[in-house]
Amino acid sequence: MGSMIGAAVVRKEDPALLTGRGTFVEDVSLPGTVHMAYVRSPVAHARIVSLDTSAAAAEPGVLGVWTHDDLPGLPPNRSVPGMERPCLATGTVRFVGECVAVVVATDRYVAADAAGLVEVEYDDLPVMATVDAATAEGATPILPGLESNVVLEQVLSATDAETELATAPHRLAVRLRNQRCAAVPMEPTVCLADWQQLTGLTIYATTQSPHHMRNEMAQWFGLPQQQVRVIAPDVGGGFGAKASCYPEFLLTSELSRRLRRPVKYVESRSENMTSMVHGRAQQHEVEVGFDDDGRLLALRVRITQDCGGWPDATGIGLPTLTSFMSGGCYRIPVIAASFRSVVTNTTPVGSYRGAGRPEASFMIERVVDHVAAELGRDPLDVRRVNLIRPDEMPYATQFEGIVYDEADYPGCLDMLLSHLDLPALREQQAERRDDPTAPLLGIGFSVFVEMGGFGPTPLFEQFGYVGGWESANVRLNPDGSAVIKVGTSPHGQGHQTAFAQILADRLGVDFDRITLLHGDTATVQEGIGTMGSRGAPVGGSAVFKAADKVRAKALRIAAHMLEADESDVELVEGTFRVAGTGSPSVTLGEVALRSLKPHLLPEGMDLGLEETAHHEPSNLSYPSGAHCCVVEIDRETGKVSVLRYVAVDDCGTVINPLLATGQIHGGLAQGIAQALFEEVTYDGEGQPLAGNLVGYTVPAAGDLPRYETHHLVTPTSFNPLGAKGLGESGATAAPQAVVNAVVDALAHLGVRDVEMPCTPAKVWALLNSANGS
Amino acid sequence: MSHHKIRLTVNGVATEEEVESRRLLVHHLRDTLGLTGTHVGCDTSSCGACTVILDGVTVKSCTVLAVATDGSEVLTVEGLAAEEELSPVQEGFRQCHGLQCGYCTPGMVMSATGLLMDDPDPGEAEIRAGIEGNLCRCTGYAMIVDSVRWAAEHGGPGAAATEHANRASR
Repeated sequence: MGSMIGAAVVRKEDPALLTGRGTFVEDVSLPGTVHMAYVRSPVAHARIVSLDTSAAAAEPGVLGVWTHDDLPGLPPNRSVPGMERPCLATGTVRFVGECVAVVVATDRYVAADAAGLVEVEYDDLPVMATVDAATAEGATPILPGLESNVVLEQVLSATDAETELATAPHRLAVRLRNQRCAAVPMEPTVCLADWQQLTGLTIYATTQSPHHMRNEMAQWFGLPQQQVRVIAPDVGGGFGAKASCYPEFLLTSELSRRLRRPVKYVESRSENMTSMVHGRAQQHEVEVGFDDDGRLLALRVRITQDCGGWPDATGIGLPTLTSFMSGGCYRIPVIAASFRSVVTNTTPVGSYRGAGRPEASFMIERVVDHVAAELGRDPLDVRRVNLIRPDEMPYATQFEGIVYDEADYPGCLDMLLSHLDLPALREQQAERRDDPTAPLLGIGFSVFVEMGGFGPTPLFEQFGYVGGWESANVRLNPDGSAVIKVGTSPHGQGHQTAFAQILADRLGVDFDRITLLHGDTATVQEGIGTMGSRGAPVGGSAVFKAADKVRAKALRIAAHMLEADESDVELVEGTFRVAGTGSPSVTLGEVALRSLKPHLLPEGMDLGLEETAHHEPSNLSYPSGAHCCVVEIDRETGKVSVLRYVAVDDCGTVINPLLATGQIHGGLAQGIAQALFEEVTYDGEGQPLAGNLVGYTVPAAGDLPRYETHHLVTPTSFNPLGAKGLGESGATAAPQAVVNAVVDALAHLGVRDVEMPCTPAKVWALLNSANGS
Repeated sequence: MSHHKIRLTVNGVATEEEVESRRLLVHHLRDTLGLTGTHVGCDTSSCGACTVILDGVTVKSCTVLAVATDGSEVLTVEGLAAEEELSPVQEGFRQCHGLQCGYCTPGMVMSATGLLMDDPDPGEAEIRAGIEGNLCRCTGYAMIVDSVRWAAEHGGPGAAATEHANRASR
């Protein structure tokens, strides 16, 4: 077939986006649209004593002001069953930024003015902004009807590994913190709901899963699904946080129904920082048993997940994924994993690039470095002695259903080292250590494996989705051009380009004569969405299968046209011909036209060349790799700079190297940012200190390095493309590569750990306490 | 709230509208003039998604009041490609994959265009400094730097930006 798979084709998406002709939700205008604004809680935990909306309602241009009690029948927001979060607070507010009331006005500025006129009286309740506070003796339960703030507790292994830990030659306890981060997509949440009396609800929304949203909205509002249309047009980044549902999706819909006008909501960045789900927010208490060579004999990890003020339906499953991946790339005979999830008076926590797996990868890679430090051994040697070998793969972990697919972890490490002159780096490090005027040098490694290609339907059902498959429809027009309709919902991943490449490769349609449609539930047959690195493995595989179905039918028609046996006909670069001969031949276009001529088709054949296929992943896939970070630390300021970042990634088949590189870079940027810059913090009263982009340090161009990326390709046998997924790998691998490097730079001072983010203040304090003492 | 009539030339086209004193330029461009290419990404002038070129200078249009632009010339992302389909900066971003979700892109492209108007041959450090007011969450910046470098080697800011700058300096 063709050679489009692996081609660095420039994107079809770009011309519109580059010329300002993209369509983001805020760009959509419908006649008669009115604007919604929120009144949000300024306090973290309080009873609402009184709410006076009269001044706001009296403002010219205001159509109404509503509180929870004014909207009976409004369904709660998607949450964990039994812990349903009301769209507007009822009686109690549980985190700063929680929605208390809504205003709708003819103009967005008027709506904002009016929201400021709503008077709310709060009666403070004890604030528990940390897990420690929420689990302390006598802590006030945050959620209604619950007696404890521990909302979920699970043990995921039959053993607690105590015997193996106790009998190991060495035993180490490590506490790790994976700090709360904010996704900060450049586009905040936006929605535009238009509820029409007879035909139902249309809602434009910044979502990663429009079909899932359609299914849920229909259920919640008691509408048949065919009366709900969800459209995710261009979406400005998501990173998992836009897979959650937000109260505004329901509120704009309900208010549109009542007002009989389209209702639009545009979130400000400050609102976004407390409203969009946060990520990570895990603590790990780890015990590891090992021998003199650093061979890991037993691992016990106790995870504490901060859920925020309301458990998020996607977020609640994250520590389970962390537990499943706690062994990393290593052959550890006994792993004991358990977790508890705790609500606190903070923003709810949900998926963020990697969603539970970066936490595991960080944990195990830091543990390995701790083991190496304890033994005085090279951290690479300790890794090598434990790495699962290719001949052991597929590797069944002790967790049921978690089977790592074909990979080569040692090979990734070898490839990584071939791009580094490690002896020279170590020499340079030693020289600088001895020179008090030179910045310190540190080298850190991260060998990682993570989950991609989400996922098998039984797994997705646990998150409330109808399935974990993906759907693709391929249709040839009478002129041979093609349309693909796919159920993924890209927001920067480039599916319009990558999936067209797959079709061009399988069917020989000209790449420039293929259009991909996505994101509109009225257009696309069915879908699940874009998250969990599933675009290529699951979505791409569905396109692959649909293309092959079309090819099979086209071949039958071509054989009929050529009066030849099907088995003698071949497809070469968009032309069907009898094998071994030059002519006669028919083009795909001629076949497509013929498919609409019933009198000229094989007996009994249905008209047209259009096929739908689904790909159900039988298993998750497991992208992996080996990364190295070289950092420099300024002795005067404690500032950490990344000098080099080298990444070897195994994502299986690479469809488009440009897009793959972009995904790696983006993930690395967020991973490095977590290691060095980012943290969502709250004060003792639950007031966010990272309430906008001044308080929360998203890196700018000068803060990040060049990245060196390489691929080791071991195609997965779990899907026809051999693709494992790539979108989350950078964010999964980078934090520990950076932290391991920082610790390595300070190791000569006796430093064994630095907490993320490794800010100049923290590093400076370590430099100076070590020197001073 | 008082209203003012402002005459603003946008991408070479004269406009005359009445605006509230407090109306931000970005909202005037998007909501009144229908030019939705310029985006809003924050409320603290931190992200630069709203960058446009005002009288030859890159500005964050979320931090400019529309009333302050009476008599001015604005170039937005919609006006960058004059006769050709994409300006050299836009083409550079396409060739080098300098965008993914596209939300920061208009502001990033305008900043890059402004940079090349001032410095036709910027190196890596100059480019990173030149776009430090534009946040991107998708690309990690390296491919944006490549894109700007590509543009520098293939025509720089482009005809529309150069013409705007010439008019602005008169």
